[in-house]
Amino acid sequence: MNDMTPEKKERSKLAKWSRRGFIGAGVLAGGGLLIGIGVRPGNPIGALAPKVAAGEGEQLINSWVKIDMDNIVTAIVPHCEMGQGAHSVLAQMLADELDAAWDKVRVMQAPADGSYVVTDTARMFVAPFTMNAADWIEPTWNGLFTQVARLADAMITGGSSSIRTTGQHSMRVAGAAARKMLIGAAADAWGVPAAEIATRDSTLFHEASGKSATYAEFASAAAEQPMDQTPTLKTSDQYRLMGRSKPRTDIPCKVDGTAKFGMDAVPEGLDLSYAAVVRPPVPGTTVTSMDASRAKAMSGVLQILNMGDFVAVVADSYWQAQQAINTVKIDWSPSDSPIKTMEDQFAVFAKALDEAGETGGKEAAAKGNAQDALGKAAKRIDAEYRAPYLAHSPMEPINCTAHVTESKCDIWASTQVPLMARSAVADTLGLDKDAVSVHQDYLGGGFGRRLGSDEMAMAARIAKTTGYPVKVVWSREEDTQKAYYRCADLCRMRAGLDADGKLIAYDSVFTQRHDPAEASVPAMYGIENTSIRVAEAPLHLPFQAWRSVDHSQQGFFVESFIDEAAHTAGQDPLEYRLAMLADASRHKAVLEKVAQISNWGETLPEGKAKGVAIVESFGTIVAEVIEVDMTSGKPRLSNIWAVCDAGYVMNPDGFRNQIEGGIVFGLTAAMYGELELKDGAVVQSNFHDYKMLRMNEVPGIAVELINSGDVPIGGAGEPGLPPAAPALANAIFAATGKRIRELPIAKQFA
Amino acid sequence: MASFILNGKPISVDADPAMPILWVVREKLGLSGTKFGCGIAQCGACTVHLDGQPVRSCSTPVSQAEGRQVTTIEGIAGPEGELTKVQEAWISEQVPQCGYCQSGQIMSATALLRDNPNPTDADIDAAMSGNICRCGTYTRIRRAIKVAAGQVEPSTQEA
Repeated sequence: MNDMTPEKKERSKLAKWSRRGFIGAGVLAGGGLLIGIGVRPGNPIGALAPKVAAGEGEQLINSWVKIDMDNIVTAIVPHCEMGQGAHSVLAQMLADELDAAWDKVRVMQAPADGSYVVTDTARMFVAPFTMNAADWIEPTWNGLFTQVARLADAMITGGSSSIRTTGQHSMRVAGAAARKMLIGAAADAWGVPAAEIATRDSTLFHEASGKSATYAEFASAAAEQPMDQTPTLKTSDQYRLMGRSKPRTDIPCKVDGTAKFGMDAVPEGLDLSYAAVVRPPVPGTTVTSMDASRAKAMSGVLQILNMGDFVAVVADSYWQAQQAINTVKIDWSPSDSPIKTMEDQFAVFAKALDEAGETGGKEAAAKGNAQDALGKAAKRIDAEYRAPYLAHSPMEPINCTAHVTESKCDIWASTQVPLMARSAVADTLGLDKDAVSVHQDYLGGGFGRRLGSDEMAMAARIAKTTGYPVKVVWSREEDTQKAYYRCADLCRMRAGLDADGKLIAYDSVFTQRHDPAEASVPAMYGIENTSIRVAEAPLHLPFQAWRSVDHSQQGFFVESFIDEAAHTAGQDPLEYRLAMLADASRHKAVLEKVAQISNWGETLPEGKAKGVAIVESFGTIVAEVIEVDMTSGKPRLSNIWAVCDAGYVMNPDGFRNQIEGGIVFGLTAAMYGELELKDGAVVQSNFHDYKMLRMNEVPGIAVELINSGDVPIGGAGEPGLPPAAPALANAIFAATGKRIRELPIAKQFA
Repeated sequence: MASFILNGKPISVDADPAMPILWVVREKLGLSGTKFGCGIAQCGACTVHLDGQPVRSCSTPVSQAEGRQVTTIEGIAGPEGELTKVQEAWISEQVPQCGYCQSGQIMSATALLRDNPNPTDADIDAAMSGNICRCGTYTRIRRAIKVAAGQVEPSTQEA
């Protein structure tokens, strides 16, 4: 676009890496650097207080923490809560450094405001070398990256990064800095050295004089104190809250129906109408004509809107709007995509791989000479793997409530990217972004689906047209068929084994590479000759990061193929992997532990077998063993074990919950996940044909954690997923001799 | 006009008799704890009790509730807001992740335990397999049901 302002240009340029910064967190320096980088330069609490500490008696100490008259400490958290537990654990980290009493800690969602960009993740991605800056230059770097992050609208939740970036580098620093400010204020008032003041349970103590005071008593004075951007943080032996399984603060409201999600937004004082929408069945097409005569006559219908790229029906209730829009006949423009079916899509992939041949394509990673070594190998394996398109299908349907007036717009939405949503709405309406307010509550699942802003822009357009506030809801069918997707892909793999069965050459070529960059590279195995190549090919359906992103398909490709190598070598697949992990002690320990807890090698009844897989993603190493029961002729999951090394884990039970969820998410995809195309449109529409694993299909899951010590801490939300599909596929091979080279699995045993 | 007993209180509401209970409760009566997930009785997020029986409110017209008892997630706690054993177990086992499906899960589990205070795993499967949890909290739901039934001890909480 040539009408882009410099700011817009910067934003579009930076949006790419800011997303990568979160999603492709494998390239980050990690979260182990305990230096202060998270507090805002200049401590701008005067400007922020009206936005986040407007309650009576509330005192903002710095951007991330406020204290009220009842000595309640509130952590202001810049990430959304979509079930991953970040709100609670980030508060735990801040409260620990602050020495706050946990029962008096509350969590507040930070507003969608440039002041709450998550600077640290952006910084760790673009300039990890600045993370170890000396104290004297730290404020300069901090200021610079805060500006950069603001330009990029970098207020993002994703990439299993909240705890290891914002937690380690903002919340802890903010807590420690606030504690120092409280101590400073008390030292001044009491006329004693700051070093003699101790803190415990939100209280300050001076032992020699017997003086003590609550944090509340010194909150206002503390806010006047200079703020240290590089306070000393606790060492792990000093933690009181970190590392403990504190119950999550968001759970009580999720068991009594009071939790508010975007879908539940009923803005005070607004008389809401409701809209249902129909988007193009084939991406990129537009409305050519429509017949809404039946809908017009239906009760409750207020307006029928042809928006060009979609149709909306506005009514008194969502149900009426949806009933009415179901009767609207819409003709869409022809699509210029040559891809009409999945066979077409895979043919496009195959053509790109054919053209790349044995050595072509873009080199993604290379070591030794794979082509040469393949030629000399005693045994060769050639295999082609396939992965389908997948929908995210968060339980909360896509929705957005919008109220547009002449000069401003209010949006209520469930989003992983509130500032990008704000910009999208501002651009759509031609408003300054400060004229757009994005309000958010809990998200009913994200998994990457809520990294986009389409529904906000659509809602803004509808509400601008109607002139009255509208809640727009996508039906489940709309979200399944007309959204953004985990990409399909085709991967060709070649392996060469020497006479002893040792894997000496490994080559893979595929067409889709997003994030993290290293997802396709089996680096831990130390194979002497490796080449990883990308032969790019177009996708028919639009891409969106899906839980664990490239690891979701590459985990399956790589760990299934390694299993093929083990069996070709005539070796136990777990022992085979262990032998290749001689230089990867953390991975080796994880695999040994999962062998132990799963009783790997035990004799199982006929029809049952175990499979193993190990993947490092988002800084966490996870090995899984899955036991499958094939006695009915169809795969039935009968046992699951997982061992994870994320280094230090901030909330072990919350971490385990995320791993369990990641495993079920991965196994759902492995068993059932598939979107087919007919005439270029997605066939599956709702949970009857886009199936999820259910209670009767999920066995017990044992998760054990290893803390391998002084390493950067790893993520939790995604790493459980990648090993799940290959562990299941490998178990099925062990039970039946049938190698699974494409997903989903269930229909192959129908 | 539809008239029924909602969480113990008689109410009358102006609604199309064909409108599903889900939307009457959410949009007309302002109780948003009952969730819309699929609209075709496939996911269970909208589960409420109709005369004590779990039903998918997204696919049950309000005309079917005429004169009957409708109980939603907001109506299961005690008169002073005391949580039920099921709700307490959901907290002790730290079940929810995103939480969006959990109202429906709790309504299904509540109905199960009232009819069958000592369910087997197979009973749990039968009663709960109509409720999807996209976050994948099934193993915790199963354990929480067993805790609520008194079959296993609650997980220890760090206060």
